[in-house]
Amino acid sequence: MLILTCPYCGVTAEETEFHGGGEAHLKREGPGSDDAALEGYLFHRENPRGVHFERWRHVYGCGKWFHAARDTQTLEVFGTYPAQTTTPPEDLLATIRDKRPGFTWRGIS
Amino acid sequence: MKRYSAFALVREALRDHSGWKRAWEKAQPKAEYDAIIVGAGGHGLATAYYLGKNHGITNVAVLEKGWLGGGNTGRNTTIIRSNYLQDPSAAIYEKARSLYETLSQDLNYNVMFSPRGVMMLAQTEHEVRGYKRTAHANALQGVATEYITPERVQELVPIIRIDGPRYPVLGALWQPRGGTARHDAVAWGYARACSAMGMDIIQQCEVTGVTQENGRVTGVETTKGAIRTKRLGIVVAGHSGVMAEKAGFRLPIESVALQALVSEPIKPCMDVVVMANTVHGYMSQSDKGEMVIGGGADGYNNYTQRGSFHHIEETVRALVETFPMISRLKMLRQWGGIVDMTGDRSPIISKTPLDGCFINCGWGTGGFKAIPGSGWAMADLMAKDAPGPLSAEFGLDRFRQGRFVDESVAAGVAH
Repeated sequence: MLILTCPYCGVTAEETEFHGGGEAHLKREGPGSDDAALEGYLFHRENPRGVHFERWRHVYGCGKWFHAARDTQTLEVFGTYPAQTTTPPEDLLATIRDKRPGFTWRGIS
Repeated sequence: MKRYSAFALVREALRDHSGWKRAWEKAQPKAEYDAIIVGAGGHGLATAYYLGKNHGITNVAVLEKGWLGGGNTGRNTTIIRSNYLQDPSAAIYEKARSLYETLSQDLNYNVMFSPRGVMMLAQTEHEVRGYKRTAHANALQGVATEYITPERVQELVPIIRIDGPRYPVLGALWQPRGGTARHDAVAWGYARACSAMGMDIIQQCEVTGVTQENGRVTGVETTKGAIRTKRLGIVVAGHSGVMAEKAGFRLPIESVALQALVSEPIKPCMDVVVMANTVHGYMSQSDKGEMVIGGGADGYNNYTQRGSFHHIEETVRALVETFPMISRLKMLRQWGGIVDMTGDRSPIISKTPLDGCFINCGWGTGGFKAIPGSGWAMADLMAKDAPGPLSAEFGLDRFRQGRFVDESVAAGVAH
């Protein structure tokens, strides 16, 4: 059972109060993008065994979307952060580097 | 390979069972093979078997990180059916189901195929329409299924409650020649047959890298050293993304944990497989008497082979409503497997951007039923370096072309 903290309302709760929303920080593609870029945007997802960045929604709470950093192998949650950003915050990355030296995720390390 | 037979039983009984041989030989990797399969689960072993049987390629190694059949092959609920909506799915799943009918004789190994019938309950109006449509589609595809009434459901499954408060049973899609098989025996039977053809099955041998030259595969790096090959098949289910990264390409796959559980053994009470997709649970009774229960997949990527606890509660709650008599049943074991989900819930049997490297993955929550057909199609693809009739529609390029084999709506959630 994951325990997540909503960065908006501050509630810490079990995963049943939240809903996973898939990979974080996707770059959206649209008209004008080539086929490969559009295919990547629609279907290719990071599927790491280890550190992963995701979108989550506090569905049975304040209803806000936010981000979470998590280990898909151990289920450890490294931290959560607001949705209004395109990259994970530096202090969270420092925590992850400390716990998982050498991790990489889509160019972030 | 010494054949198993009634005669062999008698002979061994008379000499204190001293003559039984290992089912498959222990092997150390050679320097080079004509083909290497990564993953000794059902799909990998079946691929190797049909490479030898159908295409005469027997200089083959099957590499396994853990132990043979220790992944999803040993973690599923053993259901076999082919009542899919789309033609390409019906073709490959029905090929698999029909191969299961004679697999024990073919492999000379009892896989305990039990065509006891698979019933998918319709518990909403939407499902009624959906399953009637599937029954019509199956009639055109030559897959024997029929849509049956609640009365017939009750007759086939006396322990079911057809007038439940939330989701009464409105009918069902019935495939009389669907059923179950002994999952471990499928892996063991294929392994024994592969070994008998001279193939090497190498366990505890993790592939750590894929070597390539000018866009062509040249071999693999493993924990037991480098091995050369010009033909590489990746058949690793939940870890396909991890292997694809080593080979240098991406897959439209996400991995999640799917779980199952079994109860204490009870006397025979249900002789068909029942799937209830609306409430999300399915159940059959094993030959040992345990109720085998399959549940939901986790809602987020993970590799834990465990599954979230609350999904068990949801599954059991739904099944107790449909089968009130199981409410006092104790559950013995629970486990999870890592399933590889594609966007259209159909598999990928395909060439890859790396020449000589092939992938068979994306079976998601329903791979066991497909093992013989999957191996048949994958072997054909690897031997000819071109997709055959069974695999043509399951290429990686279908995502770029928008040419989906959409079973996510057709088959409901529980495959």
